[in-house]
Amino acid sequence: MKNNQLKKDSEISPVYINKKKTFWQLLFTQRQLVLMSLPLVIYVFIFKYVPLWGWTMAFQDYKPAKSFFEQHWVGLKWFAFLFKDKEFLLTLRNTVCMSIISTVLGYITAILIAVLLNEVKHIAIKRFIQTVSYLPHFLSWVIVTGLVSTMFSVEDGTINNILMSLGLLKEPILWLSEPNYFWSIIGWTYVWKEVGWNTIVYLGAITAIDPSLYEAAEIDGAGRMGKIFHVTLPGIRSTIIIMMIMSAGHILDANFEMPFFLQNGMIQDVAQTIDLYVLRYGFSSFNYALATAAGIFKNVVNIALLLLANQIAKKSGEERLI
Amino acid sequence: MTKTFSINKSTKEEYEKAKRKTFAENVIFNVLNFIILSFLVVITLYPFWNTIAISFNEGLDSLRGGIKFFPRVFTWQNYKAVFATGAIFNAFKVSVVRTVLQTALSVFLTCMLAYALSRKDFVLRKPLTAVLVVSMYVSAGLIPGYFLTRQLGLLNKFAVYIVPNLIDVFNFILVRTYINGLPDSFVESARIDGAGEFRIFLQIIMPLIVPTIAMIALFVAVGAWNSWFDTYLYASGKVNLHSLQYVLMEFLQSSQNQSNSAADVGALAMAGAGSASAMVTPVSIRTAITVVATVPILLVYPFMQKYFIVGISIGGVKE
Repeated sequence: MKNNQLKKDSEISPVYINKKKTFWQLLFTQRQLVLMSLPLVIYVFIFKYVPLWGWTMAFQDYKPAKSFFEQHWVGLKWFAFLFKDKEFLLTLRNTVCMSIISTVLGYITAILIAVLLNEVKHIAIKRFIQTVSYLPHFLSWVIVTGLVSTMFSVEDGTINNILMSLGLLKEPILWLSEPNYFWSIIGWTYVWKEVGWNTIVYLGAITAIDPSLYEAAEIDGAGRMGKIFHVTLPGIRSTIIIMMIMSAGHILDANFEMPFFLQNGMIQDVAQTIDLYVLRYGFSSFNYALATAAGIFKNVVNIALLLLANQIAKKSGEERLI
Repeated sequence: MTKTFSINKSTKEEYEKAKRKTFAENVIFNVLNFIILSFLVVITLYPFWNTIAISFNEGLDSLRGGIKFFPRVFTWQNYKAVFATGAIFNAFKVSVVRTVLQTALSVFLTCMLAYALSRKDFVLRKPLTAVLVVSMYVSAGLIPGYFLTRQLGLLNKFAVYIVPNLIDVFNFILVRTYINGLPDSFVESARIDGAGEFRIFLQIIMPLIVPTIAMIALFVAVGAWNSWFDTYLYASGKVNLHSLQYVLMEFLQSSQNQSNSAADVGALAMAGAGSASAMVTPVSIRTAITVVATVPILLVYPFMQKYFIVGISIGGVKE
C-alpha cells in the first residue's frame, strides 16, 4: 500500500517523497474521491439539513407573505398551545398507543415465527413459507388498506363471514367504525404486512449461533422447547435488543397511511395521529407555525428516546446501536 | 443429526433415554409448527388471492358476494376497462417511468458515494459519513420539507419524484458495508495500473457488488413504485402526473367515504365503462387496479430474495 502510494506521488512530484502531506495536499491527490462524494453529500445536506431552518417558523407568528426579518417572534407560544390543546393531547395518546401496540405485537410475532421457521428442517418448505411471508412487505399501504377494508367489510367481509359461520357472531360488526377495535386492527395489519420481513434479521442471527451449543443442550437432555428457550432465544438476545433500541426512536411514528385512509367520523377520537394533525394544520388550516411545532416535538422526542434507549442498553452492559 | 464425537456408555444410555422422551415432544412440536405456519401462509395469501378472483369476476355478479377463491363469472372486462381509462393508463406510465429513472439514478449515485466513502485513506471519509448518518435521525418535518420543495420550484413537476430521492442513507450503509468486506487488493492493483478512482469504481467495484446492487435496486424500485404521498403533497394539482398508487388511493378513499366523493367513483367507473361495457363496478375496477399495481412486484421480488436476506442481516446488525 505504502509503496504504490509513494510510487504514485513520485510520479506527480518527487518533492512529496518521504514527506508527510498536509491536509490540502492529500485532498488534492484525492480530488477524484472528493468529486465522487462531496456533491452528493451536499445534496443530502440540502434536502435533510437545510429544511431545519424552517424550524424557526415554530417560534414565530409565521406569515408566508412576510420575509424572515419581518416575522413576529413569539417564543414558545405554539408549543404551549400544543400542550393545552385537547386535540393534540388526544393525537399524542393515539400515536403512542398505536405505535406501542404495533411494535410489541410485531416483535413477539416476528421472533416467534423466526424461531418456528428455524425449526422447519425441510429446506423447500421453509423457502416457500419465507417467500410467501415476504410478499405483503412489498405491497404499498394503499393496497394493504384496500385489502383490510375488504376483509373487514360489513357486506360479505371475510372476517365477519368466518366469525358468523363459527357461530361467534350473530350479525356482522362494523369493524372499521368501532373505536375499541381500531388500534388492534392497525396493530395486526402491521403484523400481517411485516412479520415475514421482520423475521429476516432474527433468522440471520439464529444462523450465527454455534451449532455445538445445540448438540451440548441435546446431550443434557433438552427437547425442542428446551433448545429454543436455552439456546436459540439467548443466542439472538443482542439482536433483539438492537432492534428494540432502533424502534425506540420511532415511538411517535405511528402508521401514517392506515389512519389517514380509514379515518371516519365514528373513530375520529382514536384515529387521529400527530402526523395527521400536522397535515391538517399545515395544509388545511395553513397554520404552518403550529404544524411545524408539532413536527419538531415529534422529531425531538424520537431522537431523545433513541438516545435514552441506547444509554440504558449501554449502562446495563448490553449491545448498543451508537 | 450426526454425531461426530464419541461418548462413553453411560452417557450414551442417558442420551438414548432422553431421545425417546423427546420423541413425543418432537411430534407434537412439528404438528403445531405446521399448523401455525400454514395458518400464516393462508392468511398472507388469501386477501390477495381473493382480490385476484374478484378482479376476474364480472362486476355486477361480484356485488352478490360470496366470491372466495375463484371467479364465478369469468371476464377480462375489468382489466379492459382499467386500461381503457386514459387516466389509469397514464398513471401506470408515470409510475413505470418514475420507478425506472429513480432506481437507475439512485442506485448508481448511492454506489458511487459508498465507494468513495469506503476508501480508508480518504481524508473526508469521517466528516462526510457523519453528515450522512446523522441525517437518518434528523427530520425537519412535513412543513419545512414542503417549503423547500416549493422553493426549488419542484411543485407539480415530474422532477419532484426524482430529485428529492436520489440518495437513501440506509442503502448507502448497506453498499458501503459490502464494499468494506471486499479485499483491498482489487483496488490497490488497479491503482498501481494507474486507473483513476472513477474508473476503479465503474470497472472493478461495480461488477463485484452486483448482489448488493440487486438488493438496493429492489428496495428503491419498490419504494418508488409504492409511493403515493409525494403525488398527494407535491403533484396532486396536475392530473397527468398522478401515479398509479395515487389513483388507487383516490379510488379507495372515494369508495370508502361515499358521501364525500361518490361522484369520483361514478366518473371513473363510467370512464372505464363507456368504452367497454356497463358491467364494471367500483369494486371490480378497484380490485383490477390493485392487481395491476401489485403484479410487477410479484414478478420481481422472489428472484431477489437471496440478495435481500443477506443485506437485511448486515443492515440489522451493523447499522
